[in-house]
Amino acid sequence: MVFSPILLSIEVAVCATSVSFVLGLFIAKQVVKLRRLKSLVDGILTLPLVLPPTVVGFFLLLTFGRNGLLGDMLAAMDVSVVFTLAGAIIAATVVSFPLMYRSARGAFEQFDRDLIYAGRTIGMSETKIFWRVIMPGCKPGIISGLVLTFARALGEFGATIMLAGNIPGKTQTMSLAIYSAVASGNREKAYMWVAIIMLISFTCMFLMNIFAARTRKSVKAGAAAGSIIKDEKSLPEGTAIL
Amino acid sequence: MTLSVDIRKKLGKFTLDVRFETAGGILALLGASGSGKSMTLKCIAGIETPDEGRIELDGLTLFDSEKRVNLPTRERKVGYLFQHYALFPNMTALENVMAAVSGSKAEKRRIAEERLKSMYLLDSKDKYPAQISGGQQQRVALARMLVREPNIIMLDEPLSALDSYLKWQLEMELVDIFRGFDKPVVYVTHNRNEVYRVSDDVCVLENGASEPVVSTHELFLAPRTLAAALISGCKNFSRARRTGPRSVFAVDWGVELVTEAPVPGDVQYLGVRSHAIKAVGAELNRAGKPADAASGDPGNRGAANAPLPATNVLSCRVGKVVREMFSVIAMVRPEESEPASDFARIRVKMINDKWAALGEPVPPGRIHIRIDPAEILLLK
Repeated sequence: MVFSPILLSIEVAVCATSVSFVLGLFIAKQVVKLRRLKSLVDGILTLPLVLPPTVVGFFLLLTFGRNGLLGDMLAAMDVSVVFTLAGAIIAATVVSFPLMYRSARGAFEQFDRDLIYAGRTIGMSETKIFWRVIMPGCKPGIISGLVLTFARALGEFGATIMLAGNIPGKTQTMSLAIYSAVASGNREKAYMWVAIIMLISFTCMFLMNIFAARTRKSVKAGAAAGSIIKDEKSLPEGTAIL
Repeated sequence: MTLSVDIRKKLGKFTLDVRFETAGGILALLGASGSGKSMTLKCIAGIETPDEGRIELDGLTLFDSEKRVNLPTRERKVGYLFQHYALFPNMTALENVMAAVSGSKAEKRRIAEERLKSMYLLDSKDKYPAQISGGQQQRVALARMLVREPNIIMLDEPLSALDSYLKWQLEMELVDIFRGFDKPVVYVTHNRNEVYRVSDDVCVLENGASEPVVSTHELFLAPRTLAAALISGCKNFSRARRTGPRSVFAVDWGVELVTEAPVPGDVQYLGVRSHAIKAVGAELNRAGKPADAASGDPGNRGAANAPLPATNVLSCRVGKVVREMFSVIAMVRPEESEPASDFARIRVKMINDKWAALGEPVPPGRIHIRIDPAEILLLK
């Protein structure tokens, strides 16, 4: 019971990161292909990153709450999101998604198109090109996006407290536990949660840096050898094919 | 094996309008950057889609806007060598080649290894592209391309990213491979020397439009249009008007020139390569330009003590002088030239000694130049 915020935080962060990862990659791939309305779609998808989390939480509450667009539908299926763990996971997902999406989009856009074209001329299928050529090439960008997403989901506060509340043992994650501890004057407890969060976050960043340095080294070596240098006569925006 | 291309594509202000046919041998697509060479290759490969037209390869329609045929890239059986080879950096040389083979894993490996062996690459088969030399990278890319037994090979400026030492060696390797390939080879480049050494035929592209295919020999020795002459490296031009069966008036230079070749009626320009222009001494003044055209025998040229050839001698003022290590390039302007004309500057190149013998004239000193009648290009 005492340590439930750790478990809840990790549960929320892992679930949110998984959903953001799959959605982020998929949507980034589609957006890169877009010819029109690209900046509009991009703006909407990035919005949760730039809005204050409480505003995001407020919109989520409107959507999932009673009389909300999805809230009624879910209520009909006897599913409740508000003040539940599912709500915490949804809040963390929405807030952390733009980080994954933007990292993946950046990686896809910078990827050398000639490698994709080369894959096609030698008869590789699109699926094979994606998994064996594009993904390995975009790995550094995607991994760093993944870590940022995880860190953001782990520390989510504003949107979570709006949608899922702060119920100990049910929706109280570590960030919320710190808030409650400080609010009730329990400094020692606050210090403990701060220390644990810092430890987890620092470990994540450390692992990411080791990994990124290793991958970047091999990619850089490839670029130095002339296989990733961009062509100055590259195609205009509208012709993006990914 | 025939490749026939007849396509149009609009890209903003740029319009690609390319038409050519090749039945084997090496066809060079020659043009400045931005002239649409790479775009043409991409259309043939199916990476880009033309707005309209047809592309046929060996009787197979790859693209036809009227019949709504547009084969996907992977079904076109084209070999495409990208500018920087586009080897997959996360795969070894062997894996790169295996990616182009279909079949069971053991079979893929056997076929890929065989191909690498034939290209002397077996020692580096487990190395990544970043770990092998530029020459080996090119060979791996060629192996990956050839292992699919394509019906055509297309190369997009394969040598442009290399330093000159490596370039020579790789160019020779490429030519060897082309000679052993009995299907069409399309070679894109902006380097005319490469074209001269490598290709059999040339199609010149300018601002997206193609000129008729000509043999390499014809392009360099007898270009027919101003654009072709420009791209073949000719630097001196004048507008021209026919004055007789073997004489032409160079409008921009203000002088009548005798030619060895008969002058066509519709001649519009004439061009002279720098090497065909010889300085004939600074001392000769215009009054001393003899009138007997009969002594204008090309056999006289270069002989130091021979009487000065009379025909095609222009009196010029020296403009800019550029010194190179062993030679001097002088930009001169014919005295009779139209002052406002862009074409009126003539580029004369000579070895240092010759320049010294002329007394190293400084601008606006006067020199006389002679244009070899056999080397005047008559252009449309």
